[in-house]
Amino acid sequence: MHNSPEFKIPIGPQHPALKEPEGFSVALKGEKILGVDIRLGYNHRGIEKAAEERTYIQDIYLIERVCGICSHSHSTCFIQAVEEIAGLAVPSRALYIRTIIAELERIHSHLLWLGVAGHEIGFDTLLMYSWRDREVVMDILASITGNRVNYGMNTIGGVRRDISPEQAQEILKGLEILEERTKYYIEIATEETTIIKRLSGVGVLSREDVLKLDAVGPTARASGVKRDVRADDPYAAYGELSFDVITDEACDVYGRTVVRVKELMESYKIIRQALKNLPDGPLTVRAPRKIPAGEAISRYEAPRGEDVHYVKANGTEKPERVKIRAPTLANVQAVKHMLRDRFLADMPIVIAAIDPCFSCTDRMVRLQERDCGADKIINWPSLHAYSIEWHRERGIDFTQLNKKLQDRLAK
Amino acid sequence: MSQEEKIKESLINKFNYLSDSVKIVRPRRISIEVSLDNFTPVFAYLAKELQFSHLCTITGLDEPQNLGFIYHLASDAGILINLRTFAPKNNPVIKTVTGYFPGAEIYERELVDLFGARVAGLAAGNRYPLTDDWPADEHPLRKDWKPKPAAEGEVDKNA
Repeated sequence: MHNSPEFKIPIGPQHPALKEPEGFSVALKGEKILGVDIRLGYNHRGIEKAAEERTYIQDIYLIERVCGICSHSHSTCFIQAVEEIAGLAVPSRALYIRTIIAELERIHSHLLWLGVAGHEIGFDTLLMYSWRDREVVMDILASITGNRVNYGMNTIGGVRRDISPEQAQEILKGLEILEERTKYYIEIATEETTIIKRLSGVGVLSREDVLKLDAVGPTARASGVKRDVRADDPYAAYGELSFDVITDEACDVYGRTVVRVKELMESYKIIRQALKNLPDGPLTVRAPRKIPAGEAISRYEAPRGEDVHYVKANGTEKPERVKIRAPTLANVQAVKHMLRDRFLADMPIVIAAIDPCFSCTDRMVRLQERDCGADKIINWPSLHAYSIEWHRERGIDFTQLNKKLQDRLAK
Repeated sequence: MSQEEKIKESLINKFNYLSDSVKIVRPRRISIEVSLDNFTPVFAYLAKELQFSHLCTITGLDEPQNLGFIYHLASDAGILINLRTFAPKNNPVIKTVTGYFPGAEIYERELVDLFGARVAGLAAGNRYPLTDDWPADEHPLRKDWKPKPAAEGEVDKNA
């Protein structure tokens, strides 16, 4: 290998291994990465410019679509800034509901990530398990908000939908299943040799590098940097709830895995407290259509890390300027560092370990019968049932496993 | 004395000229306005001495005469400082802060592409976020820039 020539291979912007367009030019000597050059921007949609041309209310829905997974994160971060400029005192029931949705979103995002990470290291059973369990939280989100992502819960001055006592019960029931499963994932992450060996020492980012490169979220916390906006700069109801900021000293992909699975447990804790202490009262306070001139910056701990929105108002119904910095932009710069001197084969999992953001929103399937061409609409429950039956016919049956889980819960 | 007031006091003690421009906006939010000439020492003092060790991002602003720049700096105590400076539009040159925060590179490239700022000392590299063939004199977040409607058939050419 010592005489092998240097190679430069392009990965992306369109590449089967990437879920979103981004360009990597990887300099290689043998299997070893000498350096990586990253080209971003392929997904830039001009949302900041578009936000200046729309009203604040329209912007909530536009900004919710910055990300398919952290949709509630972005809309909350944006309206917090607007509410601060307008001097609105958002009712505490609304703040609690925002917090509950935020943590449900984190659960859905972290479980999704766990599956992707499993897939990237060839552990597809973990992908199947975690994505199946993720359906529990997706169902909860759908029943409260009407959608699996892009919840449309926020409005300036509060939230648009309440959580009824029945829905609260439904959430608590779902959390029981999720908690049981998460304990199992923590067990896997901390005891399963394959995972520990495959992820340890991969994608190393020291504490100093986190500070230098301004990494955020689980990427920073897995390098021992206790940085979490929920605790440092509390918003919504976080100031009134108790939870631990999970950190790890491993500084590698393994640490990032441990941090995320343990954070799931904190999310359950937060949601239970918020439901127990959910204050009575109105859901919104009346907000003006025209926002008085002023500026505010809002921070929010999205599943991937700190999200930052700056809003400048000019007294009209449209903002003068909206600036958005999503967590992946802060973290992607650390990737270069994590890959240097590592093997090419580590690239997919190292990139996946910062949890770069990609979209998923599917609700209804429209099928066309091959023979007669007739349209058939399948709703979510029947699609769910159909998929279970489809797999059962092919010998994949989770009935026993589900029963075991139910029995464990019943104990 | 609150944390915020202590920070304000030490800033004013160190830099007399800041006495009117440091404001505590609300708990955990401080805003400072500083001229371009005085920017570097104030930024360095915040980053190195006052332990504002996290640069959240840099916001660019198109103001009638100037380009505005807000450096959002956070401390571990959760306090966020908005350090604002500005450069005239006919010569919008700022100095890079990548010496303090190497991670600032991408935020500065964004200012170059979207606002037409020039960043002295920023190493050569890929542009962000616009395409390589984007016209050099068009900066989408300038107020006078309007999106051009796509030419007929352009969008669907390959659909």
